[in-house]
Formats: sequence, C-alpha cells, structure tokens
Amino acid sequence: MTPLEKRNLKLGLLFCAPWLIGIGTFLLYPIASALIYALCDYSVLLPPVYIGTENYRELFTDPLVYKSLWNTVVYATGSVLLSTLVSLSLALLLNTKVQGLAFYRTVFFLPSLMPVVAGSVLFMWLFNGQSGLINAFLATLGVSGPAWLADPRFAKLAMILMATWGSGHAMVIVLAGLQDVPMALHEAAIIDGATYWDRLWHVTLPMLSPVLYFNVIMGLIGGFQAFTQAFIMTDATGSPERSTLFFVLHLFNVAFQDLRMGYACALACVLFLIILSLTWVLTKVSARFIVYDR
Amino acid sequence: MLALALASACNAQPSLKGPRTIVYWEKWTNFEGEAIARVVQAFNEKELARAQAEPHYRPIQVERVTISRIDEKLLVAIAGGDPPDIAGIYSSLLPAYAQKGALLDLTLPFQHAGIERVDFVPVYWDLCQFKEKMWAAPTAPVSLALHFNPRLFAEAGLNPDRAPVTIEELDAFAERLTRWEVRLPGGGVGIRSGYLNEVPATRKRLLQVGFLPGGPREWLGHWGGYFGGKLLAGSRVTAAAPENLRAYSWMQSYSQQLGVDILRKFRSGFGKFASAQNAFLSGQVAMQLQGVWMHNFIERFAPGMQWSAAPFPFPADRPDLANHSMVEADVLVIPKGAKRPEEALEFLKYATSQEGLELLCLGQHKFTPRATESHAFQKAHSNPKISLFRQLGLSPTAFAAPQTGVWKEYGREMVAAYDAMEHLARTPEEALRDVELRMQSAVDRERRAWLRRERRP
Repeated sequence: MTPLEKRNLKLGLLFCAPWLIGIGTFLLYPIASALIYALCDYSVLLPPVYIGTENYRELFTDPLVYKSLWNTVVYATGSVLLSTLVSLSLALLLNTKVQGLAFYRTVFFLPSLMPVVAGSVLFMWLFNGQSGLINAFLATLGVSGPAWLADPRFAKLAMILMATWGSGHAMVIVLAGLQDVPMALHEAAIIDGATYWDRLWHVTLPMLSPVLYFNVIMGLIGGFQAFTQAFIMTDATGSPERSTLFFVLHLFNVAFQDLRMGYACALACVLFLIILSLTWVLTKVSARFIVYDR
Repeated sequence: MLALALASACNAQPSLKGPRTIVYWEKWTNFEGEAIARVVQAFNEKELARAQAEPHYRPIQVERVTISRIDEKLLVAIAGGDPPDIAGIYSSLLPAYAQKGALLDLTLPFQHAGIERVDFVPVYWDLCQFKEKMWAAPTAPVSLALHFNPRLFAEAGLNPDRAPVTIEELDAFAERLTRWEVRLPGGGVGIRSGYLNEVPATRKRLLQVGFLPGGPREWLGHWGGYFGGKLLAGSRVTAAAPENLRAYSWMQSYSQQLGVDILRKFRSGFGKFASAQNAFLSGQVAMQLQGVWMHNFIERFAPGMQWSAAPFPFPADRPDLANHSMVEADVLVIPKGAKRPEEALEFLKYATSQEGLELLCLGQHKFTPRATESHAFQKAHSNPKISLFRQLGLSPTAFAAPQTGVWKEYGREMVAAYDAMEHLARTPEEALRDVELRMQSAVDRERRAWLRRERRP
C-alpha cells in the first residue's frame, strides 16, 4: 500500500467513523446482546444466568405467542392491503388534472404527519361505541354500529381501519411512481382502443409494481412491529380478550412488566426471523409480477 | 501558592457543611402531589432548623421528582445504576422488586431506627414484608367499599340510608336500580326498571345499571377474595378454587342478565374515571366498588353529589367474611444502588411517622396506616366515611394480592380471563383453569430461577 493509499484509507475510515461508531453502538451491540441474552435468564437487575435454549422451548409452547402472532398477521395483512388500496386510489385521483390539486394532495398527506399517539387518542373517540362519530354516522344509515374497541370481534378491524389514516406517505410514493409511467405506453394503448380500466390494469399497475412492492414490504415490516396504537388504545393490555395483543406488545409486557429480558430477547429474535423470512418469500413470489424493465 | 491553597481550603469548608441532598421519586400529582410536597417541605425545614441549632450538622434536603409509570422507570434506573435515593411504589410490586434484587433490605435499618410493626395497622405493615424481610414502609393505605348513590336508591323505592349487606341483597337492589328506555309497541317510549329479559334488545336502551362488577381493572383479579377465595396457597396457584369460581360466576351473571352487547356499548359510553362523566358520578351506575380515593373525585367533579359507602356485601352463607376489603398501600422503598441510603432512611422515618403520615393523608384525604390517629387528624378530615375505610383496613377479613414475584403477570392473566368471562366467551371454569395452568408454570419458573441463583457460588 502506497503512502497515499494509506493516507486515503485513514481519512476514509475517519470520515466513516461516526457511522461505524453509531452502527456498532446502537445496532450491532444490541443485536449481539439480544442473541446472547436470549439464552439467559436475565432480569436486568441481576447478572444473566445461562439457561441454554429454555427461553426458546418455552416460546414455542406459549399460547400467547401464537395468539399475538395471529393478531399481528391479521393486522399486518389487513392494514397493508387496505392502505395499499387507499393509497393507490388516492394517488390515481390526485394524478388527474383538476383544480386545486396541490391543496388536495396536502390535505390527504397531512394526517400521516400526525403522531401515532395523537392519532390513537383521536380514534379512541371516533370508535367510541356509544358516542363515537363513526357509530353516529352509521346510525344515520340505519346501522347500529358495534362497540369497536370494546368488542373482540371488531377491535382488530378498528385498528386496521385506523391504519389507513397514515396512508399519506405511501400515497406520495405511488403518486411519484404514477408520474413516472411513460405517456407513450398510455398513448399506444389509447390508439389500440384500450379503455381507462384496461390501461390501469395492463399499463399503470405493471409499471407501478416496484413502487407497490416497496410499499407492501415497508407496510408489512411496520405492521409486524405494530405497538403504539395497541399500547395507547388498550393501556398495554391488548384488550378486549387479547384481541389486540400484538407480538411487540406481548414482547414489551414480558420485558418491562415482568422483567424477563432473556425471554423478551428470544421473542425479538423470532420476530426478526419471521420478518426476514416473510420478506424473502415475498421477494421470491413477487419477482414474477414486478416489472423493472422500462 | 500557599495563599491559594489556604483560600481553597477555606472555600471548601462550607461545601462540607452543605446539605446532603437526596432524590425522591414519587408518582403522585395534583392534590396528592401537593400533600407529599408539604411533607417534604416540613422535613426540609426541620433539617434546616436542626442545622442552625447544631453548627456541625449537615442537613438532609429532599428533592422530590414526580414520575409517571414509576414502576417501569424505577427498574430501568436501578438497572442503569442511577436510581433515586428513595421512591414511592405500590405494595403489590414489592415481591417482584425484592426477588430481583432491586431493593435494600430494611429489616435491620428499621430495627435501629425504631420503625416497628406495633406502630402500624398490621395488614399494611405486612404488605411491606416478603420472605420474612422488610423492604418498605407504608404511606398511603387503600381499602375498598361499596359506594352508592342514595338519590337513585330513593328513586327506585329503596331506603337511601341502607346499603345491601349480602351479595343476594346486592343483586336484588341492582335489579331494581337498573333502568331502561323502552320503545312501546304502540309507539312512544317509556322508562322501566329491572332486567327486562322479555323485551328484545332492539326495543330497549340501557339508561342506568344498579351495579356493575369490575371496578378498577388492575384489581379484577381480586374478586375471588370477596367470596373467601385465594389465588395462591404456598407455591400452588389456586385461581380455579371453588370460591373463585363462585365469585366469577356471580360476576358473569351480570353480563348474562344485561346482555353482552348492551353492556359493552353501555360501558364504552362511560367518560374518563377522573371526569364529571365518570359512570358513578354521572348516575349511570348506582353502586360501585371503589377505594378511599373516590371521595376526592366526587368533591372535584361532582361537588354536592349525594353518596354513601358501606362494607362490600358478603355471600349470605359466608357471614364470616363480613367487613372484608381488598387492601393495598403506597410504600416507600430505598432502591439498591441509592447513593445516600442513610439519609433516605431518615426521610422515610419522618414520612412514616405519625406527624408525616397525618400531614400526607390529610392532604390526600385518606386514613393513615398508623396504629393510632390523632383526634385533630380525625376532626380535620374531610371524608365523611373515612372511619369506615380505616375499619375495613383493620378488619381481620381484609385481604391483599398474593405475595409472589409474578403478580403482575398473574394480574394480567386474571384481567384477560375476566374479559372473556364478561363477554361470555368462556365459562369461569375454562377461563380460570387456563389461568391456573399458565400461572402455575410461571410460579414454577420463578422458583427454578430462584433456586438457580441460590445455587450459584
């Protein structure tokens, strides 16, 4: 290595140092610790005691793990499907040439800027079975609305509906993708006599597929880590009847209520594996439907 | 150089005599926070006065910090090696904290400081014990009683001065106090009392219920105690003991009578507990099991409201359970790793003295956990029913959360089980047997962990 290369290497490392230190301290160290503590009985207050795979064995026989995993899968799937549909529909509407477009785009994007905590409190009022606006609206249609968050049959659905509130980010990404669809393809389709729906199905959606795929993956990862809304809306209990006990909420309770950090670390490792496998499967499955070539 | 050294030595002297500051974490806010602030202020002033009288004495000064979700934050602070010197937590958390080595054992310090059981109401003192050691001292005690609304009693034709004594009587009163708005077959609406099982749900709207089991959610696990049930016998979990099954079957009967969906909607219309829309304060519920604090909320959000309280009813065939109440207490602990434990003990001694506790409990409108209370305290107290709550605390049938390190988990399981029972999704047998199974494995796991640590060199 020449002196210049050495100097460049040193300078390069120096410039990378903040990132290296940051990732080492706040990412690699916690990940390594979690892997180790998952094999220990660890309450934070006392030194960890190695117990082998006991935490993992307990995890696989714990009905609450399956219950919380099921709740999370339903929530993540529902919220991703609905959010994708809503963001796509909004983006299509906002991609038209109407007056006050900037205003509409801002209005639809604004809710996604609201913190989840504030949104959760707001939706607790909206979903109130007795005096909530949603049931008041349903009543005008002659429908007697359910108790939503107090009813185990509707609590998850309420949270899925609430997730659409934050579709603004996804909408902006889809909107950017829409504007990237080559006009030539649309024009060619129009010349061939394609209707709006034909163009949507055969031109727009295939061209949007990488963007939609990105939104789905990010949505699923976010959905699997759902916590704040359940924590706020159910006071960390996952009520009613644990119908909103999401995996991360269960993990939180185990870690910070029961002080079983070792077991919580094992749960975190399993969640990581689940998200990783799911992303891999989605990547493989969706490879056939995504059009990258333009 | 010499002059400088001398000057710095002279300057250092006052810092040696400066106050010894201790940090005190407490969860109370509003008037409860103001009450403890007065205790802290009284202690600080006493210390300063002593320092003036004894020139070489370094006074202790308490710096109070109000902390929300104190149970979680305190543990994180202890784990991080930077805990406060003294903290106020709930007695039900003590076993878990003690078991995990988060607290200082205060058995010997209490003996030296003259803090003794004989000076306290036994049940509250015993709440501070775990594995025959003292870990805390009680400050603000809790007992629960049946609160009722005499105006609604009178409207229902009941004697407004007489509370139900037995569970059976409570049920009969509750039915009479339950009111509906009913759509009449010929059009128009009418008000009717009772459970109206014969009227379809589509034609009636619940306006008021006589009694709703439940109360504070975190205490849903304790209802078996009102039927003589226990949750733990030694290291054996007894969630599905016959007394507990009887208690939860009785609680479930309210869902069966009123209808799950109707009850669910009715409940979801309740305002926040600390608001004028509180179900009891707004007259939606005529009788409710609540603690000594309820008076404060009535004074604040429904001043002038007629209310009364009585011991919670007992089953007619169990008169031995009369005057029973769930008890708990706010307690003061010294966390492991506290930088000034001796000074913290001094403050603890004052705060749990008769003077300190009367100052605190008068401000918080509670009774004191001391064995005796001064006449001035009783005379100045604003809660007309305070002697009832104190008697319930002194009652031999008073009961508390089981002393186990897994109580938080146990409590959560009971709340989830209650949810399922209340929604008629599961029978008490199914739900409680499930809790028993899960918690037995948790208790066994905790015991294994304890043994593992004991065996370590």
